[in-house]
Amino acid sequence: MKVAYWPGCVSRGFTPELHGSMAKVAPLLEIELIELDRASCCGAGVIAEHNQELADTLNARTFALAQRTEGELMMNICSTCQGAQSECQERLDANSDYRDHINSNLIGDGLKYEKGLTNKNFLWLLVEEIGLDALRAKVKRPLTNLKVGPFYGCYIVRPQERIGITEDRPRDRYLQMVIEALGGTVIDYAGVYKCCGFPIVTMNKQASLTMAGRHLGDAIDAEADCLVVPCPLCHLNLDLQQPAAAKVVNRELGMPVLHLPQLVGLALGLEPKDLGMSKHVIRPTSVIDWSTSVVAGAGASAGGW
Amino acid sequence: MSEYTLRIRRFDPESGGAAYWDERSLEMGDKRSVLDAILELKDTQDGSIGIRCSCQQGICGSCGVRINGKPGLACNTHLDAAAARAHNGDENVITVEPMGNIPVIRDLIVDMDAVHWKKIRRVTPWLINKEPIPDREYIVPHDNMVDITQPMACIQCGACVSDCLSMEVDPGFIGPAALAKAYRFVGDPRDAEHLERLKDLSEDEHGLYDCTHCFNCVDACPKDVAPMNQIMRLRRIAGDDYHINDRNNGNRHEEAFVTLVRDYGLLHEAELLPRSYGGNSWFGKFHPDAGKELLTSLGTVIKAVLRGKISPKIAIFGHKLPSEDMKSLKQIYKVVDGRESRTELNLYITGYEDEDEIPEHAPHADDPTPLVVPDAGAPEAASSAEEPIEPAGESNESETP
Repeated sequence: MKVAYWPGCVSRGFTPELHGSMAKVAPLLEIELIELDRASCCGAGVIAEHNQELADTLNARTFALAQRTEGELMMNICSTCQGAQSECQERLDANSDYRDHINSNLIGDGLKYEKGLTNKNFLWLLVEEIGLDALRAKVKRPLTNLKVGPFYGCYIVRPQERIGITEDRPRDRYLQMVIEALGGTVIDYAGVYKCCGFPIVTMNKQASLTMAGRHLGDAIDAEADCLVVPCPLCHLNLDLQQPAAAKVVNRELGMPVLHLPQLVGLALGLEPKDLGMSKHVIRPTSVIDWSTSVVAGAGASAGGW
Repeated sequence: MSEYTLRIRRFDPESGGAAYWDERSLEMGDKRSVLDAILELKDTQDGSIGIRCSCQQGICGSCGVRINGKPGLACNTHLDAAAARAHNGDENVITVEPMGNIPVIRDLIVDMDAVHWKKIRRVTPWLINKEPIPDREYIVPHDNMVDITQPMACIQCGACVSDCLSMEVDPGFIGPAALAKAYRFVGDPRDAEHLERLKDLSEDEHGLYDCTHCFNCVDACPKDVAPMNQIMRLRRIAGDDYHINDRNNGNRHEEAFVTLVRDYGLLHEAELLPRSYGGNSWFGKFHPDAGKELLTSLGTVIKAVLRGKISPKIAIFGHKLPSEDMKSLKQIYKVVDGRESRTELNLYITGYEDEDEIPEHAPHADDPTPLVVPDAGAPEAASSAEEPIEPAGESNESETP
């Protein structure tokens, strides 16, 4: 399927391995990515905090650009983009006067947002568009014995109504469902639906890193081998900041954190290094040990990193 | 009628024993409430189960508890809905626990005075009259009062406090309920001390900018108060109307973020950090506060560069949209930021246009959409103050060296 692809800012900035691994995984899932390279930052809730109309206009522009592509829908790879964009879209779709007003800000671009865009995180697309059975059929290297702790990120699970979590679409269970479809074992721990702390890392570092450190510690206590996140901002606090978080909570951590496309890519047979896993601050050693010992050949070419 | 099993968290401080799970079953209609079930168990099985309740119809806010992990009122949660929330696969098993972030007195009864009411009192939860006080009633524009109906809908049940993730790691945080209450007065044109209230909340290091934007309070609230949205409105007024620079660099961070997206189209992470501490310009990174922060983060940065996570090119130059698009963005910023008053749409008030049923709480959903934020008393500071207002006790250093 063709999708209008919004990678977000951080996947092309401080977590380049996310954008890179998505590009590697997409063809294996027969997803054609039409990158929205003219679209701007979603504002991550911060621009809305400054001026709601500005955030809504910037995202309406992104939506309008997506609607001009041949993509069947828009796809993102960031919980925070999903949440911030869903919030703007909710307002735009709820009220035609408001939508017209916002669209009047886009006249200079010759763009117009039409109500009713479908914007899905890669996680939702995996379950709802590709389907777990189809995903299961593509697995070349089941994640047998790999114990994975899901970490969603706030923006993709709350508010429940806006995010569209229903009985038919239990989007707050999708990570668990994907981990199982890939052959892995789901680890339940206290932090699954909590906040990584990233939004306040510049404002209250102590509180922010306490959050990250506690969730990582809880996952260790629950004997997870690694965590998987659909959000690069969570990845920054859980991986990049992990050594600092370890100091704040005063315990050894060393918990690898994988981006969702990396976990999918591993199961679909891609090599850890090709998925950018050498770029992580906490090297996903547990995943590599697993790859070399449990499944012959896997990870062999990635030796030495 | 179905059989339900309630796993109730019990704790009796006088017994000297630890808290434990008390599992009890009963037959009850699916649309009866969790509170009905608990009261039935009290009547028929164990009179010592402790829960606070009064109105039993979602008005008094007494029976806040955690039901299958989510906070809410026991009296307005149906048994079937509560059972459906369980992720553990046990059908018709409902766990009921006391709310979080608040000490437990006994069983499901928490010490609201120790946390919730203390924090509510912290924000001066009463009107400070503008002088002179009129002989008769104050005349207040209709739109202003409609605007604050959302925080006014709070019934003080503490559900948002229970699951506030910032409070979980920082018990000093003023918290969602109290900050929503603060907006109720900052948005009220009769109140005389908007600036003082906002300065107070910004100077508190556990104040306005300690919220981590996790939306837990939005989902927790049984009355759709959306405390987090009220916190964002307080930040908007404090930062953009009164130019208050808070103790936690929250407003600097916001300004830097907004400016960087204007100048690059995408987020320039490497510039955002130093500017959040040192001030919103290219020179921000040379400010002593930025230097101090960079020094403590140096280990993290070096590791990230060595791993190839952060390329020096991205760190220095950032990434930028094509020039045509940058022109469009600059134009959008100019128009939107240049407006005399901000445009906002609060769906709590306007409801959803295409829905057959207009939300009950929508006070006047037939009226045209009120797009412009009602002016609750324009800050004189906004137009006259050249200097940003610094928190008391901080040196008044300029933004650039």
